[in-house]
Amino acid sequence: MSARISGISGKVGFNDLKQLPGFWTRKLGKDLYEVFIGPQHPGSGHMRIIIRVDGDVIVEADPDMGYVHRTMEKLGEGREWIKGIPLYERMAIHDACNVTLPYVEAVEKLLGIEPPLRAKYLRVLLCEINRIAAFLYGFGIFGVFVGHSTMYMWPFGDREVWVELADWLTGARLTHSYPIFGGVRRDAPEGFTDSLRKAIRYMRKRLEEYRKIYVDNPVIRARLEDVGVIPRNLAIELGITGPNLRASGVEYDVRYNAPYEVYDELDFEIPVFQEGDSLARVWQRVEEIKQSLHILEQVADWLDKHKGEQIMHDRFWKTAPPLYKKVFQETGRVKLVPVFALLKVPKGKAYARAETARGEISYYVESNGANKPYRVRIVSASARNAIVFKYILPGHRVMDLPTIYGSIDYFPPEGDR
Amino acid sequence: MSIDELADMVRNLLAEYVVNVEVGKDLVHVEVKEENVIEAAKRMKEAGFDHVKDVTAIDYPKEGIIKIIYHLSSYSKKELSRYVVGLGYSIPRDKNSVPSLYGVWTSADFQEREVYEGFGIVFEGHPDLRPLLLAPTVAELKPLRKDFIVKEEPIFKK
Amino acid sequence: MSKGNGDGKVYVGNVDVAAKKARKLLLGKLKLGKLVDWGTAFSLWPVHLTTSCCGCEFAAAWSPRYDNEQHGALPWVGSRQTNMILIEGTVTRKMACALRVVWEQMPQPKFAIAMGACALDGGIFYNSYNIVRPWEVVPVDIYIPGCPPRPEAVARAIIELQRKIRREGLASKFVEEGWRPDKEYVKPKEDLCAWWKG
Repeated sequence: MSARISGISGKVGFNDLKQLPGFWTRKLGKDLYEVFIGPQHPGSGHMRIIIRVDGDVIVEADPDMGYVHRTMEKLGEGREWIKGIPLYERMAIHDACNVTLPYVEAVEKLLGIEPPLRAKYLRVLLCEINRIAAFLYGFGIFGVFVGHSTMYMWPFGDREVWVELADWLTGARLTHSYPIFGGVRRDAPEGFTDSLRKAIRYMRKRLEEYRKIYVDNPVIRARLEDVGVIPRNLAIELGITGPNLRASGVEYDVRYNAPYEVYDELDFEIPVFQEGDSLARVWQRVEEIKQSLHILEQVADWLDKHKGEQIMHDRFWKTAPPLYKKVFQETGRVKLVPVFALLKVPKGKAYARAETARGEISYYVESNGANKPYRVRIVSASARNAIVFKYILPGHRVMDLPTIYGSIDYFPPEGDR
Repeated sequence: MSIDELADMVRNLLAEYVVNVEVGKDLVHVEVKEENVIEAAKRMKEAGFDHVKDVTAIDYPKEGIIKIIYHLSSYSKKELSRYVVGLGYSIPRDKNSVPSLYGVWTSADFQEREVYEGFGIVFEGHPDLRPLLLAPTVAELKPLRKDFIVKEEPIFKK
Repeated sequence: MSKGNGDGKVYVGNVDVAAKKARKLLLGKLKLGKLVDWGTAFSLWPVHLTTSCCGCEFAAAWSPRYDNEQHGALPWVGSRQTNMILIEGTVTRKMACALRVVWEQMPQPKFAIAMGACALDGGIFYNSYNIVRPWEVVPVDIYIPGCPPRPEAVARAIIELQRKIRREGLASKFVEEGWRPDKEYVKPKEDLCAWWKG
């Protein structure tokens, strides 16, 4: 009996997969030990995986989530619409713009408004900055997992470049609350795009050095190659998302398949790998950083050409007192107009999704016409990727667990919400 | 494929099961009856909706119903991946067992566990139905139902 | 061994009393206590228990830019080899059990820093039904406000804790008395691990 495909055998054709290393395992009653990994462990923490091992081989894995479940869905129902933005941001504070953007979009769909073009570009700008920073964060945690201290130090040092840019743009290192209904909170400051271009040049150079020290390092390759293989049909069946999905050969990216903001006007590629193992997932992220840098270059050019345009939808902007407009003229900062406090959203339901660093996040928002949401259902990328542990870990050795955990780039606060 | 074409396609696909179809922006919502949901799900899967984006439930205490919705989309067919289809059905509030769609979509595994802990709805046929995020003692409160109220502090003290 | 024979004479010395006197002599008069405090202050090793999203800034605080290792603090993996716990943000009901277990495992003298608004009094999640206040679980020495606090604030908290240890002689008092006289023993009101039936 194969433990690895228990529960889904018979539904998907796995005949071609039987040759994979460690695919068949015996599940024995005796000599079966239960090992608790987490929530206090050297990697990212926050999560417990209960594994049952036969010798050194995992025969069953039970991800025990919820150590950071702060009940955002329920709390969101009791707060005004605008308060949802900082609340949902706490899911993944280092990827804040990507995570809150679909909520803002869903509410905009219900309101029937569309932000001005410059606001859309500014949103994309911060989204891509966040994406790069979040990938670097993931690399750093992965470095801790596989005991490669340099890979913790370097990406965390380089991440500060992007965090600093975001800080300059929004005023906060991590929790930006940047997109608001109908626009964004601040315009790009003077000289921002020049620094951005400098950061892009720097990052391109560094990626080459990462390749030398990490991805092409024979010790690391030996640990990553052919470990944690997620075949294409299994990836689709499990409904995993993000770079993990694309590393398994599925061409799916929300930015490309269901474009939002201005992604349909920008030129970029969706890298896809066929191997589906841990190494492919690392490469996938490296390639995606390159694409994000390419997007950022185009956004910087566009922003330079269209300076001083409006960044807030007319419906809200015309309610602003003269003092607010003066502040905007002088500092480029939009003060939140008072109308947001008692904003009533028309009755209806909306579904919005976006591609975060870890994959697709989706918001289902339902309004009954009141000043608070009736129901907000959030399913983040990590929440959908967590299922991987249950179905992929069996058959691997215990020492492969940190590798697989790290390469999935699972972020528990995002998964638990 | 436009959203209206997709709605027509779903309408033809589920023919006799359809109770109601709503077309929104980027979202088609199909209402079916509870007893038909497994058959409807199988047809949807054959048509290319290969994964579940989320499983959710919404409580309507005034009408006395709970709506359960499976949001579906496709990874393998590009024209379907543009939109999301919600396959939903309603049950009375006091009823607490519904058929599980784990047998159709493996990706519904953890999501159904989440609905179970939040609303106390038992998915019959789910092989491993335990609370996912909450401790069992907290899950007994059925916190996502509307009659479980969390206290909110107002901005201005009254 | 410390009993007298009834006529007021003690034939065997009271080891406990002798040890206490020796401790007092060594730590009090000979300034050895200062050495203990100095040593403890510069080896505050936080345990690798990340309770919530402030962990992002916790990680950044030990990154090359902020480099908290210069203060003698190094996040370490095993709870048995650490003496400080940095509570990063919200503590949920499930995590409270883990937090308490880790706290109990750590050797004395041990210190706790609560990081972020959620660790102070719930922060943005103040009315959530799934969180506990960290000060109900462990005795907290230093609070860091902010949501999330910047890495500089984490460094500041560590330096403040070092000052507190050296000023109040927390470590040497522990060696002398056997417990932390300045902090009450926090006993959770309810059984934090009651939910665990596995």
